[in-house]
Amino acid sequence: MFLKKYISDVFGAVRSLLKGMRLTGYYFTHRKEIITQQYPDNREEMKLPERFRGEVVMLHDEHNEHACTGCTACELACPNGTIKIITKFDITPEGKKKKALDTFIYHLELCTMCNLCIEACPTDAIKMAQNFEHSVYDRSELTKKLNKPGSKIREGVE
Amino acid sequence: MLSIENITHSIDAWLNGTFNPTVAVLLESLIVGFCVIGLFALLGLILVLMERKVSAYMQIRLGPNRVGPGGTLQTVADTLKLAMKEGLTPDGADKFLFNLAPFLVIVVAMMILAPVAFAKGTQIWDINIGVLYISAVSSLSVIGILMAGWASNNKYSLLGAMRSGAQIVSYELSAGLSIISIVVLTGSLRISDIIASQEDGWWIFKGHIPAVISFIIFIIAVTAETNRAPFDLAEAESELTAGFHTEYSGMKFALFFLAEYVNIFIVCAIAATLFLGGWMPLHIGHWAGFNRVMDYVPSSLWFTGKTFFLIFLIMWFRWTFPRLRIDQLLNLEWKYLLPMSMVNLLLITLIAIKGWHF
Repeated sequence: MFLKKYISDVFGAVRSLLKGMRLTGYYFTHRKEIITQQYPDNREEMKLPERFRGEVVMLHDEHNEHACTGCTACELACPNGTIKIITKFDITPEGKKKKALDTFIYHLELCTMCNLCIEACPTDAIKMAQNFEHSVYDRSELTKKLNKPGSKIREGVE
Repeated sequence: MLSIENITHSIDAWLNGTFNPTVAVLLESLIVGFCVIGLFALLGLILVLMERKVSAYMQIRLGPNRVGPGGTLQTVADTLKLAMKEGLTPDGADKFLFNLAPFLVIVVAMMILAPVAFAKGTQIWDINIGVLYISAVSSLSVIGILMAGWASNNKYSLLGAMRSGAQIVSYELSAGLSIISIVVLTGSLRISDIIASQEDGWWIFKGHIPAVISFIIFIIAVTAETNRAPFDLAEAESELTAGFHTEYSGMKFALFFLAEYVNIFIVCAIAATLFLGGWMPLHIGHWAGFNRVMDYVPSSLWFTGKTFFLIFLIMWFRWTFPRLRIDQLLNLEWKYLLPMSMVNLLLITLIAIKGWHF
């Protein structure tokens, strides 16, 4: 009984090792499987994975309108204070005051690309872009205003 | 016909004709020494590059591809970098032993090279106890490793060295038993006799399944003896930083690195000699026509081909298998490999006595 287990152990081990060797052998002989991208050379045709997170951007449509209500959900969700939202009060045609976005300040140098702000946004106003070449000579350039100048909230977004 | 054998013979004849025999022998030793050093340097460059390329392709990467055409000069650049670096000796280290250890390791690697037959008639020293000499000298390298670990005055180095000691001492057993199984089949310890006995087929084919088993056990044991993954507990990059050579830098580190790769070459050369016929071309029994066709390939090419095939196999192991824990490592040796190789040796002896091999 002991001997049977001993021998079956040996055979099982050998079989699983050979299985692993078959996979690496397959990779060794099939160059098309290589996933390395020769980065600075292939800047033009480089393909990043869909879920790659480079920086937070705010989406603007052709009328220079965004979907940010200034609710500060992203600011609250951010674990390291990357986002600072400055709000203002717009006067609606009915004469009521309405909270709106004044400036969306985004500190790229503090951002860890955790995606929590995008998850928190109720109106999908922000998203992660794929751009990753962020190096600059002055770190103040990394503090960005995400809403374009003169932009306003899209009609119907609450 | 131009062959290494003819070249060495003509050099020998010329030296003996020009100088008196003592000077000729001295000069020949000098030439052999330079050849060995040259071979070491070449092997270091080629094997490190090969390892990096093989590992890259097995991990779906590209590997070094910028220095030189296709990255072929990468190891030359690395060697230059190591040569430029400062060889630091730590304050608390035992200076003498610390500086001696890398040389001891490399000298041991050079000594094992003596009885290896590189091609037909190309052997530094055809000693009549060649196989015994190899297994005896190869155990000496553990002294260099222990020396390095102890002299570094660093607990990680010492741990790595101790592990290496336990590992080499235990795996020496099954490596030795596998070697003995071929010695039993051949009836000689002389390397040239062992190769000559494989003229009608390599032992791995002639010795039936027991020879295959002892070949596998030998490959596993020498992988462990050369401290390579999956048995790289002596170096254990993840937990002991680099084990016994943590404190070494510059050329002294390079010597350890070189010795590791040269040892791989040597053990693969020995495995090729014992089981795959060394420089002997692939001969099948008495098929004269087939054998003659195989003889057209130079013997040195056969030897290098077999050796590099085995080196590739060991690299394949390294980049596929998960590492073992120290207790698993010793379990594998004492509970699996050793009993198996003992039973296997009995079977081989039976085959040899009854003459069942081809």
